[in-house]
Amino acid sequence: MIAEFGLAALWLAAALALLQLFLACVGLKGGKAELLDAVRPAAVGQGLLTAAAFAALISLFLRSDMSVLLVAMNSHSAKPWLYKFAGSWGNHEGSMLLWVTVMGVAGAAVAMFERALRRDTHMATLGAQAAISLGFYAFLLFSSNPFARIDPPPPDGQGLNPLLQDPGLAFHPPTLYLGYVGLSVAFSFAVGALLTRTVDAAFARAMRPWVLAAWVLLTLGITAGSYWAYYELGWGGWWFWDPVENASLMPWLAATALLHSVTVLATRDGLRAWTIMLAVVAFSMSMVGTFLVRSGILTSVHAFAVDPERGSFILVLLAIYIGGALALFGWRIGSVREGAPFELVSRETLLVVNNLLLSVILGIVLIGTLYPLMTEAFGHKVSVGAPYFDRIAGPIALALMVAMAAGPVTRWRRDRAGAVAKRLSVPAAVALLAAAAIGIFAWGRIGLLPYLGLTIAIAVGVASLAPLWKRKLLRTPLFTWGMVIAHLGCAVSLGGMACDSAFTVEKLVAARPGETIRTAGWTLRFVQIRPVAGDNWTGIQADMAVDRGGAPVLMRPQSRFFTSPPTTTSEAALLTRWNGQLYVVLGEEVEGGRWQLRIWWKPFVTLIWLGGALIALGGALALVGRERRGWLMKWRARTVAA
Amino acid sequence: MKAKHQRLVLALVALAAIIGAGLLAASALKDEAAYFYAPADVKTKGVEPGRAIRLGGMVVKGSLRRAADGVTIRFNVTDGKATVPATFSGIAPDLFKEGSGVVAEGAFDRQGIFVATNLLAKHDERYMPRELEGMQYNEATHEMKVEK
Repeated sequence: MIAEFGLAALWLAAALALLQLFLACVGLKGGKAELLDAVRPAAVGQGLLTAAAFAALISLFLRSDMSVLLVAMNSHSAKPWLYKFAGSWGNHEGSMLLWVTVMGVAGAAVAMFERALRRDTHMATLGAQAAISLGFYAFLLFSSNPFARIDPPPPDGQGLNPLLQDPGLAFHPPTLYLGYVGLSVAFSFAVGALLTRTVDAAFARAMRPWVLAAWVLLTLGITAGSYWAYYELGWGGWWFWDPVENASLMPWLAATALLHSVTVLATRDGLRAWTIMLAVVAFSMSMVGTFLVRSGILTSVHAFAVDPERGSFILVLLAIYIGGALALFGWRIGSVREGAPFELVSRETLLVVNNLLLSVILGIVLIGTLYPLMTEAFGHKVSVGAPYFDRIAGPIALALMVAMAAGPVTRWRRDRAGAVAKRLSVPAAVALLAAAAIGIFAWGRIGLLPYLGLTIAIAVGVASLAPLWKRKLLRTPLFTWGMVIAHLGCAVSLGGMACDSAFTVEKLVAARPGETIRTAGWTLRFVQIRPVAGDNWTGIQADMAVDRGGAPVLMRPQSRFFTSPPTTTSEAALLTRWNGQLYVVLGEEVEGGRWQLRIWWKPFVTLIWLGGALIALGGALALVGRERRGWLMKWRARTVAA
Repeated sequence: MKAKHQRLVLALVALAAIIGAGLLAASALKDEAAYFYAPADVKTKGVEPGRAIRLGGMVVKGSLRRAADGVTIRFNVTDGKATVPATFSGIAPDLFKEGSGVVAEGAFDRQGIFVATNLLAKHDERYMPRELEGMQYNEATHEMKVEK
């Protein structure tokens, strides 16, 4: 019954989306303005129905209802409840249902909470949101029905890929999806503004919180995904330039550019056409990402099923929405007036530089990700790996960081180059000192890119605090704090990346229990090896007593064997200290009763994710700061009127 | 500057940046296009020592040897036309075994031995390195077919 209820809710939601689109079109163009009153209830209803359908799926997974095909294929009754719960989106159909649910709920939120937009733009936005949703409802209902039954039901399910059996699965995909799909709101706003010819500062102020929210969630999702890959894969790396990772990075790059250009539009009424273009590009990148990940065209832990029909379906949706938006852009952009001009030395110029560099990085990542697919279509197998991305995107990212140091200390509209240089003199001096110190300390041990990276990270870290200089800290607006913290987060993250690639110490040994291993100031005593068992796995565990001069701590790297589906995974043991992480992986047994051990000491590697968290925190503060100011102003206006 | 001119200048700068990015990427990809090698490509095209590449093929049966240190392995990689010796220090993936497909990341040393820094093996029935799709190994004759 629950499955049928979920399916019915989904069909009803699709019908409501169709109605919403129809009402918005007729209401705006057909002169029947009274129809517009029903648009918002339709959007809210859609949000409730999709949420109900998703709740139905979760309940099916929690009850291990094996008569539902999706549950039988991807779950197992012996799994811990958390993985049954999270497993409901750890598969193709479930993840697309999550996508549609987020889209429905985001549409409902726009209908309920958006007050700043002009009414006709608001209605056009909701119409556009309904149009996008319709495509995904069709995808779900016609080619990826999550509620399909299987008859007769199997005695038990096939289980979830053990790599996905991790608490991270409960957090990483929903956050990333909220970000991905949140960008659909920015897209709908852009379409709405183009249709009603309202691309101006007021529109940008209305759009900004939605972009910020999507961007914050995307940042969190990527940070969490990176940490997951770091500890779960057991390879000691935190970013592999895997196409799936790139698929999440590309929308983030576009959203970061959009976030900055929408600020120019909101504050100075400049970059109108460019901002609209970026909103289209950002959501297009979300869809390209979904296409790459979900079509089965790539091989990875994220590609759930190889099914060409689904791939073509997403490709068609992609073509319709991006093509449609670009056509609308070309048709209407002529009627968008030029925004306000600005001088060469101004914050606007630096934000343009930010946007250009981000777009260039985006282009490079996009080309590097799609190139192997394109050549394969012509019969060549080519793979593009980390050397390409590091070598090309790395230096541009460093240039971007330097621009980031200058932007916040440069005035809007017009500034003097000398004054900007003066404000940057302290960070510049710090950069020189840092360069000299790192040079003396680590000469010959550090590559050029990590060297530049670490120097720039330190300098930008100092420069990012400059906007607070000589200000009363408690009276500084929250969104200024947000900017400062987010920029500081970029520097912190960059510092972590540079330290990890420059100073990591790796040791590879085969050792017997009882032996002691010394590396990078640490002493690891291999106490014993013993069998262990979990809810749905068995394994072996090495007990390592680890210290560097203090009391020893026990580390327990494991090798786990899962029976359904049969897979072996290795669970790295991590020990976090303020100045880095010790990372131990257990390998296989070799002759002489020895066990392979791979040990890394990674100085300051945790800064990478701490930086990511700071970036997200900064975004969240900016969001709260702007919104709170809006509420306060409204409240004051009301009390004055009273 | 007039608003109209400024818009034009901005559009031109953006265009130049995008074209620049494209050219940069294209020139880099020309090098990277040769990133993946099968043993036969290594023999015909040649790869200079120290250059980071991916080597893909099958692990020749009976070629896998473990060194005394317990963490270094030596094996031969074949694509049916040519065979290349390789070495790897580290923890090999679980499905890395003789007669099975492998993609090794690393570089050749001066003796012509491929020093792998990372091994990508077939992960399980569902996940296989893309480069190995279409490769089939005949267990009896040690012959390999590559469908392209």
